[in-house]
Amino acid sequence: MATMLDVNGKQVSVNADPDTPLLWVLRDEVGLTGPKFGCGIAQCGACTVLADGSPVRSCSVPVSAAVGMKIATVESLGGSHPLQQAWVKHDVPQCGYCQSGQLMSAAALLAHNPHPSDADIDAAMDGNICRCGTYQRIRAAIKDAATMPAAPASTAA
Amino acid sequence: MNAPVNPQALKAGTSRRELMIGATVVGGALLVGCSPGDLLSIGAKEDFGAFGPFVKIAPDGAVTVISKHIEFGQGNHAGLAAILAEELDADWDRVKVEQAPAIAKVYANLGMGVQGTGGSSAISNSWMQLRNAGAAARAMFVEAAANKWSAPAGEITVKDSVVSHAKSGKTATFAELLPDAAKVTPPKTPTLKDPKAFTLIGSDRVKRKDSLAKSTGTAKFTQDVHMPNMLVAMVAHAPRFGATVASFDATEAKKVKGVVEVYQIPTGVAVVADNTYAAKKGREALKVTWNEDNAEKRGTDKLAADYADWAAGKGPLPEKAKWESFEAKGDLAKAGSGQVFEATYDFPYLAHATMEPMNCVAQVSGGKARLTFGSQIPTVDQLNTAKIVGMLPGAVEIETLFAGGSFGRRANFQSDYVAECVQIAKKVGKDRPVKLVWTREDDMTAGYFRPMVHHRLKIVTDKDGYPTAWTHKVVTQSIMKGSPMPSKGIDETAVEGAKGSPYLKATPNVDGQLMLTDVGAPVLWWRSVGATHTAFVMEHTIDQLAKKAGKDPVAYRLEMYKRAGADRHAAALQLAADKAGWTSPAPAGWTRGVAVHESFGSVVAQVAEVKLVDGTPKVGRVVTAIDCGTAIAKDQVAAQVEGGTCYGLSAALFGKVTLKDGAVEQTNFDTYRVLRNSEAPTVETYIVPSGNAPSGVGEPGTPVIAPAVANAILAMNGQATKSLPFVKA
Repeated sequence: MATMLDVNGKQVSVNADPDTPLLWVLRDEVGLTGPKFGCGIAQCGACTVLADGSPVRSCSVPVSAAVGMKIATVESLGGSHPLQQAWVKHDVPQCGYCQSGQLMSAAALLAHNPHPSDADIDAAMDGNICRCGTYQRIRAAIKDAATMPAAPASTAA
Repeated sequence: MNAPVNPQALKAGTSRRELMIGATVVGGALLVGCSPGDLLSIGAKEDFGAFGPFVKIAPDGAVTVISKHIEFGQGNHAGLAAILAEELDADWDRVKVEQAPAIAKVYANLGMGVQGTGGSSAISNSWMQLRNAGAAARAMFVEAAANKWSAPAGEITVKDSVVSHAKSGKTATFAELLPDAAKVTPPKTPTLKDPKAFTLIGSDRVKRKDSLAKSTGTAKFTQDVHMPNMLVAMVAHAPRFGATVASFDATEAKKVKGVVEVYQIPTGVAVVADNTYAAKKGREALKVTWNEDNAEKRGTDKLAADYADWAAGKGPLPEKAKWESFEAKGDLAKAGSGQVFEATYDFPYLAHATMEPMNCVAQVSGGKARLTFGSQIPTVDQLNTAKIVGMLPGAVEIETLFAGGSFGRRANFQSDYVAECVQIAKKVGKDRPVKLVWTREDDMTAGYFRPMVHHRLKIVTDKDGYPTAWTHKVVTQSIMKGSPMPSKGIDETAVEGAKGSPYLKATPNVDGQLMLTDVGAPVLWWRSVGATHTAFVMEHTIDQLAKKAGKDPVAYRLEMYKRAGADRHAAALQLAADKAGWTSPAPAGWTRGVAVHESFGSVVAQVAEVKLVDGTPKVGRVVTAIDCGTAIAKDQVAAQVEGGTCYGLSAALFGKVTLKDGAVEQTNFDTYRVLRNSEAPTVETYIVPSGNAPSGVGEPGTPVIAPAVANAILAMNGQATKSLPFVKA
């Protein structure tokens, strides 16, 4: 039974059972590598994608619930999004495994709040664990990205 | 970083360690006298270009540095590439890094004798090797240009991949000279630069090469491997360590759409499916009965009580257990009758909890095997694979990918999850790729923990408050037990950091003893290994002694370092204290704590500003000074200090794995709490100027923060910390 999804602005047809977590559909069927598997219970944020602009943990969203929503993964940021520029400038990543999720939480934050305070950043980013401890660079890069010209219209905005 | 052994400890033990590993493979063949690296490499495909195994130069002049070390966060790819690029005078902006294949005789860690990353040794063991490789390649371009232009080689210069002769005004790019340079015989002992002439090493230009790939979702991890016809496997593991499969019923599991087959393997029952979710649902539908006759059934409460009793001399010691001396000098009886300080400290099991749970991709066909994953010790993974498949280790191909963290977890002499994947791939056969996926629950409950540790101290001090006698007992499990790298004497990994401490050097009478226990829960190195507990014990004890003596903690340490001749400790401490403003009051509401520790050849001093919020420590500014010898990539040194501090603070605040009747109680991040963004401190890093060769950076930033926080709390309210984590529930 085929299901139609809107992923990064494209319509894709998938065959997974309706209860399959969106994460595994994006990874195993759509073939994306951005959203990562970290915990499976919405605790770590490595799988974060945007659903109609809001960050969700794709490991805990059944694919049936994603039908009709605009799903955006880190691939949608395009590579030169201000956050990605800032991530490179500050050499944020270490192992890098959590960073797709960190970036999507940050993208949602900036899309709704272009000049976040420290407290806003804390609130938006506490759902994303980084075991390498890149937190202070994440904070610095978000603030830096907030001063850059906005990205050309992306699905995250 | 993150694992095996202190490079210094390795230096002394290398030949024996090599021998043991060699002997495992080829037995009597060792008598022939060829090196284990050669023996382990039989069957390997070797194909290096004109410039040797560490650098490739493409027809367009692009320079690719080959890294024999895995990159799992520690930034070593940037540092390794910079070392070679410096001596080659390559255009840094165009330098790329590629991961080496598994060939022990070419790519061995010079501190280990096998190919592997660990002990914070990637940069230090490669330092001269990559300088020589870069300098040799440079000399080949210089000679090619000298011949072409009929100019003396001594007048030729190289900068940013361009070769020049000022007198004649001639210049040529690496690309233009490549055909000629490739024909030059590489010099055996190339001339190295005077470090004063370095332009790249130590400069702000040394940035990571993988930041963009890791910010776009395109960096390739094991989890991202997709191959045609690939199967995904999950394994039902025993609920207790040491249990085995008694029987299983796969009827329901095989009804799950996408499940292909179910196999019993040595570590449990494997469900193999077309995709990840089918494998997971298949595993949930599986019925397994376990034989727990030989399983570990003790809980951590019982173990902790036993450890404390044994250290206190209460009750009989377990069978075969004995006290071993790790440091002894003087005569405790002659220590006089000063004030006595006594303390005990308890440390729990800790999980590594890497962001990417353990996983591996294996293909097996007949006598062939190929692994694609983040291999930390490829030689050991080759050995363990070879044993299962029945082949020469050198013929096991490994493609090493990025790994989502390790912190010691992936440096495992049993190759636990790798062997599990190979066992399944062998059942599947036909060269069909099998990706083994561990869930977070598998990862957290399968073990390989930082061991539980108990310390008991009794210290006698003189009239000025300095120690004259130091009695120190340690009870823990041995990380090295059962490994092919057994310690010759005492298990250094259990006591390093207490053993060799400047405070013991400065104390005339010392009796340090270690007792190793047997517990079914498997243990392993965990970022900074022994220092994870010894740094806390030594540094928090020193602050309590200083307090009793009515002395400033920094001044008290400086006096001890003077007595011990620990100049590097003193310099790092002084730098951290100066930068933190130690002698001026802390910001209102904050209290400072200090700690210093040497590990992996580097000394780290930290001053942490701490306050208690509803009884929980909140860490704000952390000022760090690090002496790591020559700093190649300064910003990556800072990154490792920042990350190491967070890793250490996470464990200090929250980290605790407990066993109930032998079963692990923490299964995921909801029950094993880790540090989050709002809880992370702001770390400032200052590098002590040094002309020494590089020493470790990946691990030394981890162990210092916990005692610094404990010392701040001691200064704040007089309360000493007797056990970690700080947050009890």
